[in-house]
Amino acid sequence: MSQNHYNDREPVIRVVKRAELPDRQITLLRLLALILALAAGGLFILCVGYNPFVIYGTILSGALRSPMAIQATVKIIIPLLITSLGVTLAFKMRFWNIGAEGQIIMGAVFASYFALFHANWNHWVLILVMAAAGMIGGGLWGLLPAWFKANYGTNETLFTLMLNYKALHIVSWLQDGPWRDPGSQGFAKIARFDKNASLDKVLGVHFGWIIALILIVIVYVYLRYTKQGYEISVVGESQETARYAGMNVKKVLLRTMLLSGAVCGLCGMIQATGSDITLTTGVTGGVGFTAIIVAWLSQLNPVTILIVSVLFGILEKGSSVIQSSFGLSTDCADVLQGIILFFVLGCEFFIRYRLVARKKKDGGKERNKGGER
Amino acid sequence: MEFIINFLVAAVAAGTPLLFGTLGEIMNEKVGHLNLGVEGMMSIGACAGLLAGYHTDNFIIALAAAFLAAALSALVYALLTVTLMANQNVTGLTLTIFGIGLSNFIGIWALEHSETGTLKLPEMITAQMRDIHIPGLSDLPVAGPLLFSYSPFVYIGILIAIVLAFYLNKTKSGLNLQAIGHNPGAADAAGIKVTQYKYASILLGGGICGIGGAYCAMIINGGVWVNNNVGGLGWIAVALVIFANWKPVNAIGGSFVFGALRILKYYVPKSIFPLPNAFYDMMPFLITALILVITSMRKKRNLSLPAHLGNNYFREER
Repeated sequence: MSQNHYNDREPVIRVVKRAELPDRQITLLRLLALILALAAGGLFILCVGYNPFVIYGTILSGALRSPMAIQATVKIIIPLLITSLGVTLAFKMRFWNIGAEGQIIMGAVFASYFALFHANWNHWVLILVMAAAGMIGGGLWGLLPAWFKANYGTNETLFTLMLNYKALHIVSWLQDGPWRDPGSQGFAKIARFDKNASLDKVLGVHFGWIIALILIVIVYVYLRYTKQGYEISVVGESQETARYAGMNVKKVLLRTMLLSGAVCGLCGMIQATGSDITLTTGVTGGVGFTAIIVAWLSQLNPVTILIVSVLFGILEKGSSVIQSSFGLSTDCADVLQGIILFFVLGCEFFIRYRLVARKKKDGGKERNKGGER
Repeated sequence: MEFIINFLVAAVAAGTPLLFGTLGEIMNEKVGHLNLGVEGMMSIGACAGLLAGYHTDNFIIALAAAFLAAALSALVYALLTVTLMANQNVTGLTLTIFGIGLSNFIGIWALEHSETGTLKLPEMITAQMRDIHIPGLSDLPVAGPLLFSYSPFVYIGILIAIVLAFYLNKTKSGLNLQAIGHNPGAADAAGIKVTQYKYASILLGGGICGIGGAYCAMIINGGVWVNNNVGGLGWIAVALVIFANWKPVNAIGGSFVFGALRILKYYVPKSIFPLPNAFYDMMPFLITALILVITSMRKKRNLSLPAHLGNNYFREER
């Protein structure tokens, strides 16, 4: 590998940054990516010997065929939506909060304490206290890596990742020891919450869905129209700029991660008291990771997050119907989600960059830098 | 004494999949790509290895299949992050979700389409990957069980680690590769083919992860299909890279230490240390987080950590 001579020949194709594309074209490109992804997924389904149209049709109808099915789909969407909103706050700041799983769990743990030991409180007081506890639990779990990042520059991706597993093992310790249900013979689990400590149902689904919808508006307004939201995006763009503009970067970092963790923690509280009615190690259902994908697919836009969450919810619920009708495993949903994101991630490239072929004579001097409009 | 030997031998067996995962991730991170897809690549390797082993009854072919399939999945990651400059964290996470999903999907599908309804590895391959026994050497007291009593996987892993360490530190090509992780712009200017190196290293790393996955499917789970058969080991491997300070040789010791931590709960007498099992399960992550914090608190720059880790390289922006 001795290539010390300088190679000034231009490559055949090179990549050039694009000026911004008009929104319509961007949307068109993303839709194209989605269609390509569905086509690739269809090819995969074809390979295992099924008709992709039938499978896609079953997913769609399976998730929406009856009020019961829709309720189940909504129940899948709620945690995905809330957590995506939570990580969006951090991602806007380019803080790689991979720790949503842990923040959800800690939120659930904090809330569960009141559900288990103060179940006799007034219902609404209890619900409010549990929600606050969930937010505090998740918020603190999010604050920890932010504090280390702000003070020592500790890599947040890896640190939040580690915190996920610590939270998980705290739950397995609780259900194995201190909070173990004495009524369960041999099998270590935490007792089912009192009815007083569980979320009420509205239209057949626990009212977490109302909280989720409200959160969309709050996060949207917060990011778009408040000073703090503006600070987040400036810090995300460039910490130097933020500092130059007189912002306290450290404060923004800590505050935003506290909020991001708090939203995820609230999701944990909702899952434990609304969906599971107990605390288990499976309280997140992997939503902390999927939410990162949803947030990214949605370009960190709260309204788009709603759409993508609904899409993923349908995919997941529909896959369970595929399992019962065709015997295909529910992992189909994960595969399709993966393929969709791969294609959309790939398509982002063509939104941000364009390819320039080498010109024959003039050495490929770049002309018309503004891109083709 | 025998108790301690048993413990150490079990620790090595438990640490082996971590060794492969860690080495694979080191190769990714050395070129500046924080690949969170280790768990997914290992799952794909597990699935491919088990199915190839089941159908060919040949250990080598099974290993090759695991390597190739996982390398192929790493190619998706490389294509997206190196050429298309997509976000590394998101791409890696997607690879994990996709990889676990795909391998479970195929595993269940193969299970249902197999003639006997079980996906148990046949006789010959089981014999090939059984713990080795060298007459004389394996019968030695202490050294016998400690050094010459493992499945071939263990020796393959250690060999890969040593070869990688030699390659990275003693060859020009290896130093070039590390330069890319530190400063791709400077490496590019020096005439190093950044893109080629990145692809090669990410694919190689992915393939090594795949072999670790094969170990999970073929040894840990006894050669039958189990869903989610990597079971989070890939994430511990990501942690181990930090513990090993991005050095392949350290990865050997680190994996066995983490392997020991994973089985410690079965060996520590509960009457003397009444600690909950969850505490032991948490240990690898606790230790890694501590190391992460301590290394970042030290003012001195850590030269082993690829400085450009997590950032994509766009040539026109250097």
